[in-house]
Amino acid sequence: MSGRVLVGVKRVIDYAVKIRVKPDNSCVVTDGVKHSMNPFCEIAVEEAVKMKEKKLIKEVVVVSCGPQQAMETIRTALAMGADRGIHVEVTGKDYENLGPLQVSKIMAALAKKEDALLVILGKQAIDDDCNQTGQMTAALLDWPQGTFASELSMEGDKIKVVREIDGGLETVKINTPAVITADLRLNTPRYATLPNIMKAKKKKIANVKPADLGVDITSRLEVLRVDEPAQREAGVKVETVDDLIARLKEAGRI
Amino acid sequence: MFPASRYSAAKAHRCIRALKTVQLEHAAPQQYTTINRRASSSVTTPPITTHYTIHSRDKDPRWEGIEMERFADEADVVIVGGGPAGLSAAIRLKQLANEQEKELRVCLVEKASQIGAHTLSGACLEPSALSELIPDWKERGAPLNTPVTEDVFSLLTEKHRIPIPILPGLPMVNHGNYIVRLGNFVRWLGEQAEELGVEIYPGYAASEVLFHEDGSVKGIATNDVGIAKDGSPKDVFERGMELHAKVTLFGEGCHGHLAKQLYKQFNLRENCEPQTYAIGLKEVWAIDKKKWRPGRVEHSVGWPLNRNTYGGSFLYHLDEGEPLVALGFVIGLDYSNPYLSPFREFQRWKHHPSVAPTLEGGTRIGYGARALNEGGIQSIPKLTFPGGLLIGCSPGFMNVPKIKGTHTAMKSGMLAAEAIFPKITAENPESETLGLHVPEYAESLKKSWVWKELYAVRNIRPSFHNYFGLYGGMVYTGVFYWICRGKEPWTLKHAGLDADQLKPAKECTPIEYPKPDGKISFDLLSSVALSGTNHEGDQPAHLTLKNDSVPVERNLAIYDGPEQRFCPAGVYEYVPLETGDGMRLQINAQNCVHCKTCDIKDPSQNINWVVPEGGGGPAYNGM
Repeated sequence: MSGRVLVGVKRVIDYAVKIRVKPDNSCVVTDGVKHSMNPFCEIAVEEAVKMKEKKLIKEVVVVSCGPQQAMETIRTALAMGADRGIHVEVTGKDYENLGPLQVSKIMAALAKKEDALLVILGKQAIDDDCNQTGQMTAALLDWPQGTFASELSMEGDKIKVVREIDGGLETVKINTPAVITADLRLNTPRYATLPNIMKAKKKKIANVKPADLGVDITSRLEVLRVDEPAQREAGVKVETVDDLIARLKEAGRI
Repeated sequence: MFPASRYSAAKAHRCIRALKTVQLEHAAPQQYTTINRRASSSVTTPPITTHYTIHSRDKDPRWEGIEMERFADEADVVIVGGGPAGLSAAIRLKQLANEQEKELRVCLVEKASQIGAHTLSGACLEPSALSELIPDWKERGAPLNTPVTEDVFSLLTEKHRIPIPILPGLPMVNHGNYIVRLGNFVRWLGEQAEELGVEIYPGYAASEVLFHEDGSVKGIATNDVGIAKDGSPKDVFERGMELHAKVTLFGEGCHGHLAKQLYKQFNLRENCEPQTYAIGLKEVWAIDKKKWRPGRVEHSVGWPLNRNTYGGSFLYHLDEGEPLVALGFVIGLDYSNPYLSPFREFQRWKHHPSVAPTLEGGTRIGYGARALNEGGIQSIPKLTFPGGLLIGCSPGFMNVPKIKGTHTAMKSGMLAAEAIFPKITAENPESETLGLHVPEYAESLKKSWVWKELYAVRNIRPSFHNYFGLYGGMVYTGVFYWICRGKEPWTLKHAGLDADQLKPAKECTPIEYPKPDGKISFDLLSSVALSGTNHEGDQPAHLTLKNDSVPVERNLAIYDGPEQRFCPAGVYEYVPLETGDGMRLQINAQNCVHCKTCDIKDPSQNINWVVPEGGGGPAYNGM
């Protein structure tokens, strides 16, 4: 086994920024808007780097799909401790239509190419909230998956994953190679400090296109329209129960 | 509620915004405390400030055994601040280095997460400095897309608008200038600088000035990360990094916090007047296409301010595809009524019959605020000291009647680069100190058009300090500037520190502001949310107080807590104590938009703004 871990990171609009829909309702305004690494991807990178520091794995390779700006996100991951990066160049309309299915095909191809022991991803991206890429990648590779991980431990050639599920916590033991998706409580990501950013400039980032990996990224989905959520309207107070029933009837609710 | 993590879960990231709103809602932000409530109590003041600049870490037991050694790196020049001045200096240095085929390492640190994210201005750019720096700026795609086509100046009364003719020769003539979104222009400058090989590090704030043994400036250190709100180290604590340089340029913008320290350290202000300031609040709106007149520049004075409060409005129609307007309000921080709220003056001005129709049917897409300089030539300090120098709005080269400071800031950066370059590339730099002293910069600035321009307008702002206020000032401008071109032999003085101008609350009348209507005028919290400002929550508040009990005992007792009104981001709130009677000051540091108004206007000069963890602060997009 190579002892190599592949970590996927996504560049998303910063969580504190107010989103605006373009006047033509085609998509969200991204030009000049503050972007940062998806918070769950940061946790994924941190976990991989921690495993390397504990000498459980040998190399952390970070991957991001997108235009030129995705390189900044990869550099941040390199500054956190990843060894090298792979920038899968996807631009323009292709990038706008890039969804979990396409990304998982890319991740699967790279996992095979890099002979990865683990693929660690964030559980979901905060812009589309899809929560699909990890699961699809595992399916395409026919690998076991440990999703919503809040704790990881290597036990020989198996991994014990404590998963956060609706009812509480579930512990599973899965074979490697495997796909893991990181949930909030897995760790607290370290800061990418300036000396590390400077050192990261010397680390290699390879540039590939999806076609080089034999991946077809055409989307089967077409976004028809993007709208802001409806403005919350003021509520109405009623005095009596009869009044309430009358109002509900008026509104056609009963 | 959420575990200690820098970010919270996907759906909860929306909760964070809701939490912020809840936090401030409980204190009913639109109703400010009045003096009728008992202002102080016999209960001891709950501790507020935890920052290490006030509570040293040397003797703090929580910091015992923590590794405090810093990684250091050397550059030829380090520039603090990625604004027009800093970037122009960086570009000019690299241009000279490439021309003369010399190696030069220029490092620029900027506290914003990306270049341009903390930039806010009107702005009508005079392209003079840009054309000197990058003559082919048009071919290179500089975002100067809106030449000024119409220029309108008005005096407003509550219901009417009196047009004032803009005669050629008056300082506010804008022919030949461009309406720009300064944040986008600064971002473009950053790209030009990177192309030339400048190392730009956004997201890293310079938090400390470093000194050689001989007292000259050695460089700067960036902020430490991973300190908890109570001042203790977290697991992710890491020291900042030291950047050493032969010369360090400080371009922090208006009222920089490192510049404040340097003034004291090198006594730079002994022969100049104190700087005076104004606060500028700004919004960007997407308006109805029918109301859009690209290239139109509107300025007004008068309503809603009284004749003794300096200030006015601007409204610029941008021509960048979408029908956008940039509009805002500037108020001199030498105002005397502690009940005045710059934010609410701005909001009510928008309802004036000459302004509201433009905004009707439009959507507000941006909000922000920043302090600006008004001192002019009288307030420029000594600009150079061993190891460093000051550029841009930090020392302050704004032409106040023109309301333009970008062109002079850029020129000061360029002159700094030209003065430094021969000295740092000399074979044998003769220097008394390890950090190079470059007084040639100040000399060349005094011989340049910047000085001539500032000298000519030096008396306009101080001429407002007369009984007739605004009207006296306008008469003075008409006579002495328009006719005499500022050649009068005297130089008027300012009235002193802005912080000393507030009258006690009992001598003033509270101002009745109208409630925001949610269509043209808005409440403070939704405005702050629109600035995109955020900070890591678990860090010491960067609005530090020299003395925690002064706010309630002095600011609230005498001035009714003016900080709750002049802060454009709702950082300061006086809330009832949890137990017993009395109030305490609550500092919502996460809301801060880095405008520096509190540090300037606090009547007790008790608030010391220091830089928070880099990357925090507003996320302005083309403001």
